[in-house]
Amino acid sequence: MENTKKTYYPLENVLIKHFTEHAVEWEQSDPPEVTSQRKGAMDYFKEKGFPNLKMEKWRGTDLDAVYQEELTVFDEETPFDKKVDEIFECEVHGFHTRMISVLNGSFYSKEEAKLTVSPNGVIIGSLARAQKEYPEIFEKYYGKLPNHIEDGFKAINTAMARDGAFVYIPDGVELSGDTLQLIDILNKPNLAVNTRNLIVLGKNAKLSFLHCDDSVNHHAGLINTVSEIYLGENAELELYKLQNINDETALVNQVFIDQAANSHVKISMLTLNGGLIRNEVSDALNGEGASCDIRGLYLVDKEQHIDNHVSVLHNAPHCDSNQLFKGVLDNKATGVFNGFTYVKKDAQQTNAFQRNSNILLSDDARIDAMPHLEIYADDVKCGHGASVGQLDEEALFYLMQRGIPFADARMLLMYAFADDILKEVSIDALRITIEDMVKRRLRGELSICDRCVLHCSNPEQPIIFDIDLSKI
Amino acid sequence: MLLNIKDLHVSIDGKEIIKGLNLSINKGEIHAIMGPNGTGKSTLAAAITGREGYEITKGEILYNGKSILDWTPDQRANEGVFLSFQYPIEIPGVSMTNFMRTAMNAKREYKNLPPMQAGEFLKKMEEKKKLVDINAKMTNRSVNEGFSGGEKKKNEIFQMAMLEPELAILDETDSGLDIDALKVVANGVNQLKSEDNGFLVITHYQRLLDYIIPDFVHVMFEGRIVKSGGKGLALELEEKGYEWLKEPYAG
Ligand SMILES: Nc1ncnc2c1ncn2[C@@H]1O[C@H](COP(=O)(O)OP(=O)(O)O)[C@@H](O)[C@H]1O
Ligand SMILES: [Mg+2]
Repeated sequence: MENTKKTYYPLENVLIKHFTEHAVEWEQSDPPEVTSQRKGAMDYFKEKGFPNLKMEKWRGTDLDAVYQEELTVFDEETPFDKKVDEIFECEVHGFHTRMISVLNGSFYSKEEAKLTVSPNGVIIGSLARAQKEYPEIFEKYYGKLPNHIEDGFKAINTAMARDGAFVYIPDGVELSGDTLQLIDILNKPNLAVNTRNLIVLGKNAKLSFLHCDDSVNHHAGLINTVSEIYLGENAELELYKLQNINDETALVNQVFIDQAANSHVKISMLTLNGGLIRNEVSDALNGEGASCDIRGLYLVDKEQHIDNHVSVLHNAPHCDSNQLFKGVLDNKATGVFNGFTYVKKDAQQTNAFQRNSNILLSDDARIDAMPHLEIYADDVKCGHGASVGQLDEEALFYLMQRGIPFADARMLLMYAFADDILKEVSIDALRITIEDMVKRRLRGELSICDRCVLHCSNPEQPIIFDIDLSKI
Repeated sequence: MLLNIKDLHVSIDGKEIIKGLNLSINKGEIHAIMGPNGTGKSTLAAAITGREGYEITKGEILYNGKSILDWTPDQRANEGVFLSFQYPIEIPGVSMTNFMRTAMNAKREYKNLPPMQAGEFLKKMEEKKKLVDINAKMTNRSVNEGFSGGEKKKNEIFQMAMLEPELAILDETDSGLDIDALKVVANGVNQLKSEDNGFLVITHYQRLLDYIIPDFVHVMFEGRIVKSGGKGLALELEEKGYEWLKEPYAG
């Protein structure tokens, strides 16, 4: 390339070197289209490198410290010598999930469970295996969404990701009784991993999916994940993302969704802890009558940074979208919310709303809220807004006047603030678990669970919290 | 003496609002305070309940003989001081049930008592709901959220009935109520009234005092109590308005 960037960050060098050393080998096993995507993406990366603060979409999120690290690129399968729960304990109470895991970027399971096919045609397992065993599905969807190479993270993921989770739900199949849980774990120090997930829902298919980003130890690292999600007509997806990673790890998480007519997506992005997290959700409503409800809650403190970028593209008429993100930032935590709603010229009868509300608990905490609307149709109902404030003094006094001490009153108000997001978690047991986590997080007990993000009440430390009595 | 306020001066943002107020309330008594708008009635309630920003520059507030000026608002509440807010606050996301249970248990913890059992709590809530004639569904909703003006005021009385204060201050609880709601509010007060507690009823109108019979009526004007008397004073005010008060004190 002529226009190649002159100087690279250490991490960029490491990634480019790894690619150069392995490209030929990968080419042997990859379909030609994947090979050419990789090459194109690497050319982009060599030219542009990682995003920087000068880029509009990266304003406010500084990853310079990560770029300076010589992390180890890791894309090997870890041999299955321990059950997942020996690496990482997840106790989901009274709540049935089918669990799969990605360890250090690769699908982790016994050999015979790398890719399973159920009698109803559901295929779940490793993306690398699906590429080989189901080329017709893989090639139909993989890398087909636009904007894949719109910045350095997506480019490097496209160039280098070689595994992740693959979920295929055929037409008419509902996987609604069971929640599928994907646990993404990092348990080795100083890794840079690129993970790719592909989730396909056929017509009238239904999936409830819980995706947990966790780190087991206090090791530094970078996780760069791209998930591509396709929904056929009338399909329904509930996606819960739970993020509870250590303060040393940076997570860049990008979710692309393509929705056909009358499909519905509901997303809850719950960020409970993480040194540096960038979430990007880009949802294209491509068929009439599609809808999405994308909610997020982030609770950050210390010097943590959270960046949520959500874009919803109304490419077809009669679609509804809602974005609601709420955050509580304490100490020197910083955040970015960038909500973008685009309504195409012929996308009439659109309803699109977005809102971002924040509570700053300290003078040093900061949030940069940027809602954008771009509307080219005339028959639309759109609304957007952002607010940044402190806890409501009047409400605090009201609670205290009823005898509730300051610390509890404050926590109750924060919890109430979060409730708009939590109440939308429609799986009861999951909601209760998440509510417990939020309570513990607000009480300062849950900085990071050393084990599972959901492992939040244990016998030594039962949860006693006298506020939530909604069950009585 | 339940409440003894001596030469109280209160400033907000450096501006003196209460300018030397004296008031004492014994257990078993109902006192009414009347006075024109902006005269400092709500400021007095805020000062007694310890609201931030209401600076006490001079004077003393004794509650059961002890100075409460250094007490936090929750401590005052747990010692038995209750305020029915002139403008009750909406708290989305906190259900009435959770709120009340948290408040009740905060008080019990303050008194070194174990938390109330859920069954006992619910029973008490049912009982008090009937007392103030509030809709059963109201307690499942978020605190005051979407409540009508009347519902908010009834809700204050409901909370008062639940918390059984020793000193209850009602700040214009009657404003904006129709006669039925007014009777409900008055009934709440009359049921709770005993030889062990006292009431300070701030009101604009004499009509509430037809239902809550005060032992004393005080007229407040420009940060001071300018006249005190029996319940007849309320009628006199109703007839004459407040204009006549202003003259002797002006300048
Ligand atoms: N929070 C406040 N900040 C500034 N001024 C206030 C505040 N509350 C009350 N005041 C002022 O104090 C005076 C007395 O108000 P208030 O106590 O509400 O009167 P009342 O209840 O008798 O109508 C008014 O002049 C009012 O403007
Ligand atoms: Mg007032």
